Amino acid sequence: MASRYSMWSVFRNGLSGQQHWDRVWRDPEPASHYDVVIVGGGLHGLATAYYLKKMHGIRRVAVLEKGWIGGGNAGRNTTIVRSNYRLPGNREFYEHSLSLWENLSHELNYNVMFSQRGHVTVLHSPGAIDTFSRTYNTLRMTGSDGEFWDLDTLKKNIPHLNYAADARFPIYGATVQPRAGTARHDAVVWGYARAADALGVDLIQNCEVTGITRDADRIASLQTSRGVITGDKTAFAVAGHTSQLWHMAGLGGLPIESHKLQAFVSEPLKPLLDHVVAFSVGGGLFYVSQSDKGGMVFGGDLDWYKSYAQRGNLPMVQNVAECATALLPCLGRVRLLRHWAGVMDMSMDGSFFICKTPLSNLYLNAGWNYGGFKASPASGWYFADLIANDRPHDVIRHHDLQRFARGYIIDERGAGADPKLHG
Amino acid sequence: MIKIDCPFCGVRDHSEFSYGGDGSIEWPALDASASDWVTAVYERDNIRGKQWETWHHLYGCRQWLLVERDTLTHEIHTVKLAHSGCGQLSR
Amino acid sequence: MSATRVDGYGWSLGAATLNFSWDGTRYQGREGDTLASALLVNNVGPIGRSFKYHRPRGITSAGVEESGALVTVGQGDRRDPNVRATTQTLYEGLQAYGQNAWPNVRYDAGAINNVMGRFFAAGFYYKTFFGLPPFDTGSGTGVWMKYESLIRKAAGMGSASTAPDPDHYEHAHGFCDVLVVGSGPAGRRAASVAVQSGLNVWLVEQDSAFGGTDLSATDNRQQLIGQSIAELEAAGVTLLKRTTAFGLYDNAVAGLLERVTDHEADPSPWLPRQRFWTVRATRIILATGALERGYAFAHNDRPGVMTPSAAATYLNRYGVLAGQTICIGTNNDSAYRTATDLAKAGAVVTLLDARTRLQHPQLSDAAKAAGVNVRLRSLPGKALGRCSVTGVKTAVLAGREWRAQSRIACDALLVSGGWSPVVHLLSHRGVRPVWNETLQAFLPGETSEPISVCGSAAGYWSEQQCLDSGEAAAHDAVDAMAGVTGTATISVPLGWDNPIAPLYALNIDTRSGQTKAFVDLQHDVTSSDIALAHREGFVSVEHMKRYTTLGMANDQGKNGNVIGLALLADALGTAIDSVGTTTFRPPYTPVAIGALAGPHKGSHFRPLRRTPLHAWNLAAGGTLIEAGLWQRPWYFKQTNESLEETYSREARVTRQRVGLCDVTSLGKIAVQGPDAAEFLDRVYTNPFKTLQPGRARYGIMLRDDGMVFDDGTTWCLSPTDYFMTTTTAHAGAVLQRLEELLQVRWPELRVHVSSVTDQWAGVSVAGPLARQVLEQCVADAETVSDAALPFMGVIDTELQHAIPARIARISFSGELGYEVYTPSGFGPEMMTQLWTEAQAVGGCLYGLEALNTLRIEKGHVTGAELDGNITLQDAGLGNMGASSKAYVGSVLKDRPELRREDRPSLVGLSPVNTSERFNAGSLLYAPDKVGGHPIGWVTGVTFSPQYDHWIGIGYIEGGATAWPTTDIVCTDPIRGAQTTVRVSTAHRYDPEGARVRG
Repeated sequence: MASRYSMWSVFRNGLSGQQHWDRVWRDPEPASHYDVVIVGGGLHGLATAYYLKKMHGIRRVAVLEKGWIGGGNAGRNTTIVRSNYRLPGNREFYEHSLSLWENLSHELNYNVMFSQRGHVTVLHSPGAIDTFSRTYNTLRMTGSDGEFWDLDTLKKNIPHLNYAADARFPIYGATVQPRAGTARHDAVVWGYARAADALGVDLIQNCEVTGITRDADRIASLQTSRGVITGDKTAFAVAGHTSQLWHMAGLGGLPIESHKLQAFVSEPLKPLLDHVVAFSVGGGLFYVSQSDKGGMVFGGDLDWYKSYAQRGNLPMVQNVAECATALLPCLGRVRLLRHWAGVMDMSMDGSFFICKTPLSNLYLNAGWNYGGFKASPASGWYFADLIANDRPHDVIRHHDLQRFARGYIIDERGAGADPKLHG
Repeated sequence: MIKIDCPFCGVRDHSEFSYGGDGSIEWPALDASASDWVTAVYERDNIRGKQWETWHHLYGCRQWLLVERDTLTHEIHTVKLAHSGCGQLSR
Repeated sequence: MSATRVDGYGWSLGAATLNFSWDGTRYQGREGDTLASALLVNNVGPIGRSFKYHRPRGITSAGVEESGALVTVGQGDRRDPNVRATTQTLYEGLQAYGQNAWPNVRYDAGAINNVMGRFFAAGFYYKTFFGLPPFDTGSGTGVWMKYESLIRKAAGMGSASTAPDPDHYEHAHGFCDVLVVGSGPAGRRAASVAVQSGLNVWLVEQDSAFGGTDLSATDNRQQLIGQSIAELEAAGVTLLKRTTAFGLYDNAVAGLLERVTDHEADPSPWLPRQRFWTVRATRIILATGALERGYAFAHNDRPGVMTPSAAATYLNRYGVLAGQTICIGTNNDSAYRTATDLAKAGAVVTLLDARTRLQHPQLSDAAKAAGVNVRLRSLPGKALGRCSVTGVKTAVLAGREWRAQSRIACDALLVSGGWSPVVHLLSHRGVRPVWNETLQAFLPGETSEPISVCGSAAGYWSEQQCLDSGEAAAHDAVDAMAGVTGTATISVPLGWDNPIAPLYALNIDTRSGQTKAFVDLQHDVTSSDIALAHREGFVSVEHMKRYTTLGMANDQGKNGNVIGLALLADALGTAIDSVGTTTFRPPYTPVAIGALAGPHKGSHFRPLRRTPLHAWNLAAGGTLIEAGLWQRPWYFKQTNESLEETYSREARVTRQRVGLCDVTSLGKIAVQGPDAAEFLDRVYTNPFKTLQPGRARYGIMLRDDGMVFDDGTTWCLSPTDYFMTTTTAHAGAVLQRLEELLQVRWPELRVHVSSVTDQWAGVSVAGPLARQVLEQCVADAETVSDAALPFMGVIDTELQHAIPARIARISFSGELGYEVYTPSGFGPEMMTQLWTEAQAVGGCLYGLEALNTLRIEKGHVTGAELDGNITLQDAGLGNMGASSKAYVGSVLKDRPELRREDRPSLVGLSPVNTSERFNAGSLLYAPDKVGGHPIGWVTGVTFSPQYDHWIGIGYIEGGATAWPTTDIVCTDPIRGAQTTVRVSTAHRYDPEGARVRG
């Protein structure tokens, strides 16, 4: 990071024809050995590398990415950032993440465009209000923000939701997290990459791990498409494909299934919606926000069957479109521009893993379900803390692989051990 | 769109079926050890490629099917009834 | 520009004159025009303003790839932003408007951005706007959010209506052997061969007319097209025009969008606006054509710059000559025919060809003969003019370098940098296109899917090759369907007679950073943006695309992607094929979300389930509420009662006399077979083998993980026939679960389960006078005596008028109670009989709200308590778990963390100050530690007529015994409420159960 970004630098470079910008990150040749090798150049891996350097001063850190950094779910999500998780552990973790988000642009000297426009969960029955009140009350009592909007307040703030008398599910109110919002997903990737690189992290792209050599209960070395790389410690942060690396490391099953989640964006429009709006009713889940470019960015449930394909099928496209018009009837004429899918590590209780593993020098960051993007700053923070200190931080002490055997289930939805139900 | 050739109903559309889960799980006896149950309920091989899985013909004959499907391409290789007895009953 | 209509051209024009308006001014076009051709011939000036710099834009194409003429059509709740004028059929009265401009596209204040353009390079916004200027200092998001609100207003394109979409849409399904996409020469030939081979063929065309490139041909091919379409129709081909195959999905399924009335002035209200087809084909043949692209040069975005093929279409199809003095720049052969056409139609035409020589000079000879001034080694290097092209600065190839040469005046500038086959649909299947150096184009990649590509989509440029490849693709499909492989042979694409010269960007004006050469017009991505991305290390094609936003606008890179890739390859000093390509995603062209939703909107968003007593409940004054997909009675209000007064009365009358409640929505499952008892014994936590015929038992099911799944009563009708009831919410899931257990895990059990929820109507008759009511209704009063029908007894009997009934003496309310079921059709009659007798003894009807009151008083759990994280112990039902047997969940329910004594368990709650009320969803805290995670929470509250104050039910750590005398803080900050409550047993009303046995 030779130059600091600011309006001044933009102005100066504008005058000099944009000729003097540096590379945002280097393109180093991989060294043969590192103190910590992070596999996975997504947001979690990059953030981990950044905090390993920044907080713990680890000297030699590499991030290995099989393709281009941020090419997985970091670049294909619906960019929502919120912390409205209720359960102990999750609550503190996501709150910490939200607080990191709030200053991330300054921390990274990169505009990640975190827009705290508020996240509004529209509720369709008195019972839903009570259920969500429990969560939002917990937010309030644990130092976060949460509000309840009655119908009149909701109408004033978002006038074009479906308040019609013939709506299939009438709206009763909403719970709101004002500090939640959206961020520019690619910017977060590049911001962490640039900042990590500036601290000396080697970001190695097009470097696929093709084999793992074990030395008893340790990882001895990684075979990669760019040669053999060893690390005193190895860390996996490859959500969506965790099981492949796990098998490669000679380990057995994991409490994870890979499912695909579709995402959608409309043509760009002038401002139409100023909040993130979500609802879940009648077997449909839906969330929508408008990007700064004007596209309506939205999504819904998983495709309901296990898949590693990054493309969706029509039934869920229809389902999401139905939800869109049910919530915001004006979206009927808005045109879908693009839809795609990402592969999610769906865990057995809907919560993540940041933990040690059966191998003494291997650390795991996985099982992000739908929560990966918003989690990434804290994920990097706590994962770095775990790797550097070789013990879990108190906040994430239950987010390990053994929690199921203990019976410590972190299931926000109460859906049980069925990964497809944890959307 | 996934199409499944249901042994009872013939080729039917995606929207008639409900995905169950990993079809290779060996379910322990009800009184088996806790560790057997933890393994069966929580641990998955999560295969990228061909795997056996269960599907339910929810809006059809309501039979549970064992389907061998590629989780990367969605190609279906084999479909059979989960309940072996059903085959004997049909003439 | 000075476009004119030319007599003797315009093959698809009709006779009628059509009036339309543009930004409020009236203009005229002809029947058969598109909005674009009509705007063109009326020389209206700039039609659009660009996304970022607000530069004036005109028509750049004649098709779906349009990147300049994006307009808003219609008004009010039928306003459609971002419509491509090139694909909008003109109709009488059409109202169109410019967009992304203020006050209008002609004079746009936003054009200031263009002046500031030197600072607005790719990704500049990542480097600033997050702090206080000039050094972006500070913390938090406050500064950014101020900038953001300005940026949001400036960004976006058109403005969508906020009113509900008034139109309706249809879903339809199609099935065929072969789906052919595209009705040009290749597609029609493929369809013809396939149908003649006996296959069921569909042919879809996105245009308003069939014909593809034939529609724009030099000679009038209307008759030829008409004849071939008639032949296809006669042979049984299903033909759909105005229908876009927008996406390909697994198993040769295509999503089609048919625009049914978008081209009509006054559509029938009975027709859908659009129709979304799901077509399940066995094979798909893509004859989707190719799109002509330009290249990046200075001011290549000026209104008046378009592709030669677009100009040919405007002339031949619409009779519009795009200009009087036309300059053409090309690197390939296809522009020559256009040049000839334009010259013959009366324009003065100069053709600049980048190539140094032509192997087949006949090409230029023909053009020259028509009066075209042909210059080799020349290209347009810079467009002149501001709001429309007035001329061009030419460039000439000197050695290996392009140098500025002279100026040519012109009022239309046509540029071709080559052709890009439409490989998008194949790309939807994850098939990567392959770069072909000879053709300078991405061609469809190999695939094992049942998809063939033919015509120019496969890189065949000549008409004969297109026809041959269409035929081969059809044979391929026929063979594949017959199980034969590989009899059809398709030759490799031959390319042009004169090889195409690679041409992606031309820069003769490097001194000024202000001169922009556009790669992606819609998103204002310039060649220097690509260079900047490269300089900053965004060299993966996906990084470059995302950093510059190349290809992310409405056209999704149909025009600019190849140019951008080429420029990146050039900067990296590598070949295009090693740079890679980005993945095209569905839809091919944007699709209205309403069309995808189809009829499933408004009240039809989800199916509605009504009980057989629905009308009866309404007639009796009931107010209904959603319970899942069901509508159930909420309360039966009498004049001037509040909701609270209503349910209190209902609960009170039920406790004191009798109340009736429609409980039809409870799930009902027939569990039948010789092993039914064994099966029930395995799925319920408590014993069921001991249940005798004529008896019912309350049971709880766990999930495999040991958490409570569902509860209900199961009635033993005979040793092989059980009638299971479930909660309303889990009825479907329980059935699915039972089927899974029987078919997957325990195939040895001879049991069959079947939903009978819809077969029975059910009424709960509860209260001390319940038996009295029943006695009047049953054929023989003795059948419901305490002896004949004791608590938890079940009988099959008859009501008056020989109505069959199944009655169980069970109670959710805590009173003497019965659930009375009759086959659904008898439901209203049963209800009438019961209600007549209940009324006679001063009874009432009650709904869910009173049901809630009664069960909270009694301490019974519902879905609010059983939220999926609750064990038997937690719910105070520990004694329901038999220790004498194993059952589903029995092992995992005993994991260490689930057996902790301090887990929250079910309690009753009462306010210390009994005049206060509190809310469900409130949190509980010990008085000395209010804050952080709560020690408990409230799941249900009600005003209790029994106790004459508000009471609640909920969970607290350690249960009631842990907090015998503590004042617990009950707080609900988001609704601004706080009270102090005391904890008690949840089972506060008649804990001994004397009343149910009464």
